[in-house]
Amino acid sequence: MIKIDQLSKVFQTSNQSIQAVDHIDLQINKGEIFGMIGYSGAGKSTFIRLINRLEEPSAGSVLIDDQDITKLSKRDLRISRQEIGMIFQHFNLLWSRTVRENIAFPLEIAGLSKTERSERVDQLIQLVGLTGREDAYPAQLSGGQKQRVGIARALANNPKVLLCDEATSALDPETTDSILSLLVDINEKLGLTIILITHEMHVIQKICHNVAVMEDGRIVEQGSVLDVFSHPKQPVTKKFVEQVMGKPDNEVADDIFIQQVNSGKVLKLQFIGESTNQAFISQVAKKYDVELNILQGNIKQTQAGAYGSLYIQVTGTDEVVSQAIAYMDSTSIEVEVVAND
Amino acid sequence: MTDLFPNVDWPDLMIATGETFYMTIVALIGALILGLLLGLLLYLTSPGGLWQNKYIHIITATFVNVFRAIPFAILIFLLFPVTIFLFGTFRGTTPAIPALIVGTAPFYGRLVEIALREIDKGVVEAAQAMGAKTSTIIFKVLLKESIPALVSGLTVTSIALVGYTAIAGMIGAGGLGDYAYFYGFTRRNFDIVFVCTVLIVIIVFIFQFIGDWMTKRLDKR
Repeated sequence: MIKIDQLSKVFQTSNQSIQAVDHIDLQINKGEIFGMIGYSGAGKSTFIRLINRLEEPSAGSVLIDDQDITKLSKRDLRISRQEIGMIFQHFNLLWSRTVRENIAFPLEIAGLSKTERSERVDQLIQLVGLTGREDAYPAQLSGGQKQRVGIARALANNPKVLLCDEATSALDPETTDSILSLLVDINEKLGLTIILITHEMHVIQKICHNVAVMEDGRIVEQGSVLDVFSHPKQPVTKKFVEQVMGKPDNEVADDIFIQQVNSGKVLKLQFIGESTNQAFISQVAKKYDVELNILQGNIKQTQAGAYGSLYIQVTGTDEVVSQAIAYMDSTSIEVEVVAND
Repeated sequence: MTDLFPNVDWPDLMIATGETFYMTIVALIGALILGLLLGLLLYLTSPGGLWQNKYIHIITATFVNVFRAIPFAILIFLLFPVTIFLFGTFRGTTPAIPALIVGTAPFYGRLVEIALREIDKGVVEAAQAMGAKTSTIIFKVLLKESIPALVSGLTVTSIALVGYTAIAGMIGAGGLGDYAYFYGFTRRNFDIVFVCTVLIVIIVFIFQFIGDWMTKRLDKR
């Protein structure tokens, strides 16, 4: 478990001081994928670099499994860092080394013998899916492959936690998805705690369990991804949710397509953490003698299940329609009647 | 050949060529070692560097700048006491070497510093994040990653050195400059001057060719 207490960083320039990270308190559970989102300049990059002390904190503490990173001597810090993997936006691979040699580098630092290194590198290459590219130089790899090398390198010494500093921001959307699924895969396989920072909400939506929103060095909102998605409180959070979900639902309700519906009822089905599938709709159609027409929907899959809303038109006799609505209401799906005929 | 260059003594010319090679290569090794030390010191002690230290940085930078500012022809005379103390004479190829090293090492040191600055800071940071010691970072990251630039810098330095051996030749250091000056210029045997010039140009081309070839092979970018 990682416990961050009153963590602060002040940058001193000649004529002013900048509070990049402002008294952050945070608790990250073992095996969790934790996302920190914020616009550039919010301090998230400084925040993640404080965790392994690439940046020296001005105040506060970082406890990883009860060991206070901020109190360690230089020598102990070096040893602790071998248990904290880190991947970077621009990969930061060694150009003069092949894929194998890059992955072996942290093992050399940890003092493993040549045969041990070679064995471990083979495992890692397989884990990140780089078989066949072992002897290529970074210049010969695509961005996604470079990041896979970065991930293998970060995992080499079996770290307790993996820090991801905008790990997908330099990649195209398709490659981003493949790297994200690799991270989820690793998280599940190895039970590894992952802390990532990003400015892209879909990264949070796809892989994180919990999220914190950062603005001006402070955490302005945090919670489970579903909670933050379904009830964003701060304006900045709402903006991030819109990145993925489009415009807010209350605006959708006023849309022309709803006004033009002239028979039956329009329902808004809100899915929060539901294992959404089409069976739900067909169940309703089978059970009740109603016509269901899907008008519009926006459902995203998150780590904790689906989140989003679906607008449907229900037609039938008043009695059957209200029975159907009552049934839908009895499930965990929230039902709201948006328009009547 | 004898008709075209009546005054050239070919065996002597071969010896002179060998002397030029000898001085250039030995001084190059000296400049490489001293230059690497100076370049690393400049880079590591600079603001934000791993051994950030204002005073050592200023002292090193001043040393480098002063010795780069002194023209080589004057530097040789300045180092006369040192040369005579070390070798008992200032004549000959070996006594010329300290001056050649002192004349080129600061220049190479600056090239080393530039090569190190070219390395992405993120790579150094990645090594730190893995828990690397400073010595590991110096040898396995900084020097290793900058090898292509270090070699091309060494090529430039070797060519400057060939020129400096010719200057040293004029005060009796031996080599092609010596031969061209004493046997050619002072005796009005301009065929000797011409042949020596051609040989020096060929030597420069050889160094350039080898340097370019090595840089290309080593560069994995």
